Amino acid sequence: MAWIRKDLLGLEDLSREEIELILTTAESFKEISTREIKKVPALRGKTVVNLFYEPSTRTRVSFEVAAKRLSADVINIATETSSVRKGETLIDTGKNIQALKADIIVVRHNCSGAATMLARHLDISVVNAGDGWHEHPTQALLDIFTLKEKFGRIAGLKVSIVGDIAHSRVARSNIWGLTKLGAEVTVCAPKMLIPEGIEKMGARVTYDIDEALKEAEAVNVLRMQFERDEKAAFPQQLEYFKQYGITTQRLKKAKKKIIVMHPGPINRGIEISSEIADGENSVILEQVTNGIAVRMGVLFLVAQARDNNGGNHTD
Amino acid sequence: MAETILIKNGRVIDPANNLDTISDILIEGGKIAKIGKNITAEASQYIDASNKIVLPGIVDMHVHLREPGREDKETIDSGSRAALKGGVTSVLAMPNTEPAIDSIQSIGILKEIIKRSAKIDVFISAAITLGRQGNQLVDMKALKDSGAIAITDDGASVEDEAIMYETLKMAKKEGLLVIAHCEDRELSAGGMVNAGFTATRMGLRGISKESEYLRVKRDIAIAEKANARLHIAHISCAESVEIIAKAKKRGAQVTCETAPHYFSLTEEAVLGYDTNMKMNPPLRGSSDRLAIVQGLSDGVIDAIASDHAPHTDNEKEIEFERAEFGVIGLETILAVSITELLVKGALDWSGLAEKLALNPARILGIDKGTLGIGRSADITIVLPQEEWLVEKKGFVSQSKNSPYIGKRLKGKVAYTIYSGMIAYSGISKNQAQEH
Repeated sequence: MAWIRKDLLGLEDLSREEIELILTTAESFKEISTREIKKVPALRGKTVVNLFYEPSTRTRVSFEVAAKRLSADVINIATETSSVRKGETLIDTGKNIQALKADIIVVRHNCSGAATMLARHLDISVVNAGDGWHEHPTQALLDIFTLKEKFGRIAGLKVSIVGDIAHSRVARSNIWGLTKLGAEVTVCAPKMLIPEGIEKMGARVTYDIDEALKEAEAVNVLRMQFERDEKAAFPQQLEYFKQYGITTQRLKKAKKKIIVMHPGPINRGIEISSEIADGENSVILEQVTNGIAVRMGVLFLVAQARDNNGGNHTD
Repeated sequence: MAETILIKNGRVIDPANNLDTISDILIEGGKIAKIGKNITAEASQYIDASNKIVLPGIVDMHVHLREPGREDKETIDSGSRAALKGGVTSVLAMPNTEPAIDSIQSIGILKEIIKRSAKIDVFISAAITLGRQGNQLVDMKALKDSGAIAITDDGASVEDEAIMYETLKMAKKEGLLVIAHCEDRELSAGGMVNAGFTATRMGLRGISKESEYLRVKRDIAIAEKANARLHIAHISCAESVEIIAKAKKRGAQVTCETAPHYFSLTEEAVLGYDTNMKMNPPLRGSSDRLAIVQGLSDGVIDAIASDHAPHTDNEKEIEFERAEFGVIGLETILAVSITELLVKGALDWSGLAEKLALNPARILGIDKGTLGIGRSADITIVLPQEEWLVEKKGFVSQSKNSPYIGKRLKGKVAYTIYSGMIAYSGISKNQAQEH
């Protein structure tokens, strides 16, 4: 099948085949990063703009490395240094970037739906690098890529996602992506951090961490953001670690070969113990490596779609 | 200068007089002079209404005209021209202007603007509390004497129960209608779309149905305790319909309205983060939509009102979470009602005229909503079969935030007659020749 979308906004919109195509494309790019000269000319002459309205180091750097390994020119715009500070709207900023004849905008924004809105107003490609609590498709794709590497399959795989599901775009994208590929997804958190209706996305819900880990072949541990200004009761850090933290003790009751993932940055001693984060079940750094290949795949596919047919609007 | 107009062979619908028949109407001196078959008279204008529906002019009891203060969104001039295009001849203007309509002074300013630029009847509602802050009651008697016919803090609920009780008692004494915006802000805080699966998949905070219907329940209880009349604005969910049905059954003096978007759209429409689908209360689930349709057809819901809420592109073409709540509706209220209720069999023409004209006029206590002899000639003549595409550029309203842009609607206004004058004609030359 051929990729026809000019944008990547979320995994909810994608078909199983489209997700598989990204994974296959990423696979073919992974080897490039092991070469002595880590560069191919696939996006030579293209301009990628990283437009980040939220502080982010790892996602931004990952996209930048991915674009550069494809020989694209990369420009980083952080809102602190741009005219956004002077009150320019997101759409105006996007149109200005388009007028500079950039080819792809990679956007990170604290409002859910920001990437969708931008894509609707622009002809150039938009890649969502995380919008509010909505989606973070490339993170989920790299998680899935890593799982596929480890297990050779996704269908039937039992994956548990533990942590602040309510406020997590990583959780949402993972649920959409994994369930489309046939995995069995369980989400686990204190009740206040499970959003209403999440089971309609295809995930099973449990509040019991041991239950979530018992059958799991992989666990994706989300970052707990205690700095969040929430009115609703929020668990205390230590209390959370005691009840939901992923520790050696807790993993003793899980499958021996359980894979432990984390989108980073990790809060050691809050959602995960150092021992586990650095231990043999952890694939956290492999995820970072795979993130490059996945983002190379995504940038390549959206650029190609636009070259081929001007790109279909994907809203 | 009022003309003599003779409307020939229209299907005349007037539920107040149990009328649904092919008939002629003669308008003289701004009033309805005669209704009957084969009227012959010297008229300055003749309207061939064959194959058309002749309705009492629409009474839209929930309209934000934004003047004074937010003339960038809408003015009484642009809003009343939009109304005429939609077949609306009377509106109740909401008081959440800048300044709010909460004093003799601000009513004075508003009346001056109405006198200067209104092209329809603009009735005045005043705030319940000063500055709509929920703390201190307005001087109801003075506001009533200055021309207000209703009071509402629309946009916000009166949080304090004692103040709400006082409001209902005093309004009863002064003969003012109390209109309640039912929303518990403790429950809806930060919400953007219907709570549940929609909010979860969009990554937004939800506005629960509880935040609406628990307040509906509370306000009805307070009204019953005060033995007073209460009108509930823009109901959106099944539970509200059920609570109001029960209250009516036990004799509570409660009426309510819904808006076209609640019987024509569901939360599915908001999934693409289209800010023209963002309003408060939010679009709900399909079972709620069906309950609203049912409530309209079985009489629990008395009225359809647009909740016309104009906002500029600058306030709408931004991130969903930052965009203003509200949609425009004056120009689509009739066509959406025809498309969704009449064509689908939930209401007949008399039922539609009740919800859009007669009932709101009765609730407001104004002499409108019927085609009785001697009444002011406010008449809407409709091409019932005409289909049209809603286009952003087609709106007369100063703001264009309609959820129906790009949709096809059935039923088009051919003529709006206000006070005995043809104030709007939507008929093209072709159509005029055809009929």
